[in-house]
Amino acid sequence: MEKKLYTVTVFSENIPGLLNQITIVFTRRQINIETLSVSPSAIKGIHKFTITAYTDEDTIKNVVKQIDKRIDILKAYYNTDDELIYQEIALYKIETGKVLAMGGIETIIRKYDARVLEVLENCIVLEKTGLYEETQNMFNELQQSIGVLQFIRSGRVAITKDKKERLSDMLKKIQEYRSKGVDV
Amino acid sequence: MKISGSKALMEALLNEGVDTIFGYPGGSIIPVFDALYDYMDKFHYVLTRHEQGATHAAQGYARIKGKPGVCIVTSGPGATNTITGIADAMLDSTPLVVITGQVNDTMLGTDAFQETDLIGITLPISKWSYQIRDPKEIAFAVAKAFYIAGSGRPGPVVLDITKNAQSEHVDFTPAKCDFIRSYLPNRSIDQYAVTKAAELINSAKKPMALVGHGVTIGEAEQELMAFLDKADIPAAWTIMGESAMPTDYRLNKGMVGMHGNIAPNIKTNECDVLIAIGMRFADRVTGDLKRYAPNAKVIHFEIDPAEINKNVKCEVALLGNVKNTLPAVTSLIKQNNHKDWIDSFAQYQAKENDNVISKELNPKPDEPLKMGEVVRAISNATEGNAILVTDVGQNQMAALRYFQFKQKRSVVTSGGAGTMGFGIPAAIGAKIAAPVRTVCLFCGDGGFQMTMQELGTIIQEKTGVKIILLNNNYLGMVRQQQELFFSKRYSSTPMLNPDFCAVAKAYGIATSHVTQRDELSSAINDMLKDDNPYLLVVEIDENGLVLPMVPPGKGNDEIIV
Repeated sequence: MEKKLYTVTVFSENIPGLLNQITIVFTRRQINIETLSVSPSAIKGIHKFTITAYTDEDTIKNVVKQIDKRIDILKAYYNTDDELIYQEIALYKIETGKVLAMGGIETIIRKYDARVLEVLENCIVLEKTGLYEETQNMFNELQQSIGVLQFIRSGRVAITKDKKERLSDMLKKIQEYRSKGVDV
Repeated sequence: MKISGSKALMEALLNEGVDTIFGYPGGSIIPVFDALYDYMDKFHYVLTRHEQGATHAAQGYARIKGKPGVCIVTSGPGATNTITGIADAMLDSTPLVVITGQVNDTMLGTDAFQETDLIGITLPISKWSYQIRDPKEIAFAVAKAFYIAGSGRPGPVVLDITKNAQSEHVDFTPAKCDFIRSYLPNRSIDQYAVTKAAELINSAKKPMALVGHGVTIGEAEQELMAFLDKADIPAAWTIMGESAMPTDYRLNKGMVGMHGNIAPNIKTNECDVLIAIGMRFADRVTGDLKRYAPNAKVIHFEIDPAEINKNVKCEVALLGNVKNTLPAVTSLIKQNNHKDWIDSFAQYQAKENDNVISKELNPKPDEPLKMGEVVRAISNATEGNAILVTDVGQNQMAALRYFQFKQKRSVVTSGGAGTMGFGIPAAIGAKIAAPVRTVCLFCGDGGFQMTMQELGTIIQEKTGVKIILLNNNYLGMVRQQQELFFSKRYSSTPMLNPDFCAVAKAYGIATSHVTQRDELSSAINDMLKDDNPYLLVVEIDENGLVLPMVPPGKGNDEIIV
């Protein structure tokens, strides 16, 4: 089967060890996690994990079901890039002296729609949000012209193109079903 | 009134209906054992000789009783010794609550004496692991643990309780758990899937059913047979599904898988609709997936959504407890008759009889004793009413193939994990769960020696298990594969064994040694004459093979005899 990049979204209770519970499902199948980002979700007490990995569809289906099976996981699902709006954020540290000496930094900032976060005597920190290729291209250009002292890129954050956050629907449904004596 | 965390734990266990605890004390769990001392009239506490034994005994208990088995052990090595039992219970869907001691919460992460990250170790092999660091957590954590262990697809849970949580005091009120918003095991029946399944079954010319552990766990034996009878569908069982149907039930066509019967294995690949009921298409059942059931549309009755389409893709998935989903489908299927199809199994049954079974059950007088004839003799002597416990290997396959059953919930075997050494402690647990039934354990010389220290538990508890040691002085199943697939290079499989009867005598356990066929029946009579523990050592053919066999990685139609 064809391998491509899948984005796995996981909603979980906020308790210790949750990340481990999720990553072991990937580890068992020797799937490399490309990016990972974790943060509180819009619903209080529930955490959201966004994970990207290259694999095939059969495998990602099983992975998602095995994650979902863990007791403290509320919901896990996967998407392909065409179903998502997604971003990454990157920070670039460059040398102030070199920037001043060489000039031309404003062209790069305009070209990549980046912004200046901080200007210090010894360094300047730029920020860019965008797709992986975009943050990478800016890195390449800076590296070639001025040189980059430090570079960091976040994991992917993603939102589905659907109207609503699916978890809130699910939580509502659980309440409805509870009154009927079944869980789902 | 405030009570200690340890006492709270005792009360919480009572609140969950626990009557039996298997365990082994140690430094980080002493406060709990101290509390247990005051509860000896309320719990049957069983001191095993090793923590692994405690987990397998709890598994044997759980499998026969149908409710969670409970172990209490200490931290560090005590806790790590439970790993095999936890992993085994996970693969075989056995409800287990393993309570382990842990160092004080202030010492966590410092490599303190007997500190092991048990939560970290058990996360991948347990249904749920939780560390209790404050006695206030005991009520809800215990309630949640029992709910998780026993509901949905059952499994092992781990409660790691720090020593301070055992000693500190708490206002205790028992809790009840019947709902966790992130865990939803009770499903409503999908009527669309029910209709689709009924249509497929009604249109099938050659339907076949596969019965797994889910039927026993769901206590759906009657529902199963009502379903099979109405649609007139031949059924085979996985080793975890044995005894869900009586051996002599007209639609029971035997065992599938690597050492299963020829007919159901061949017929799996001929059937047009394959109905999997509470089973998970393990590789030992399917063989080569590319060659598995190529003509069949698959209907999968299954409680665990993660099993759907994991190994075998299905046409219809019926999620839920088979106790509910089977009758829903039964009500929509038509009364049917598949006589020609069912009769077509007979030629393969005859082939297996001629080539394998008759040779195993009625060998020539000058041949050494065969595993199959020993198993069948004991099955006959107990009239099909005994509980069968097995260890792992040739002894296991021979026992599962040749033991016969009239009663449901009568098999305890290590299926998914294939844990050698499972037998003796599991038999202890099974006998404690069903003291009025005869419990026959079949094991080999290898597995026996992995947990034979549990003979000590047997005498201390006066547990009347009947141990039949099929001795060939080899690690027989590995030897068999070496003979068939590794040019008879018997690497590390011959065993120099002790005098097993002398071992039994050292423990004061009655024993006899059978080397000749004509000694067998009187030894069996001696073994079954009372309800005391017994070790029957039978010297069997060292060249014995368990046949037929689907070679590892081959298709079920490539079964060899």
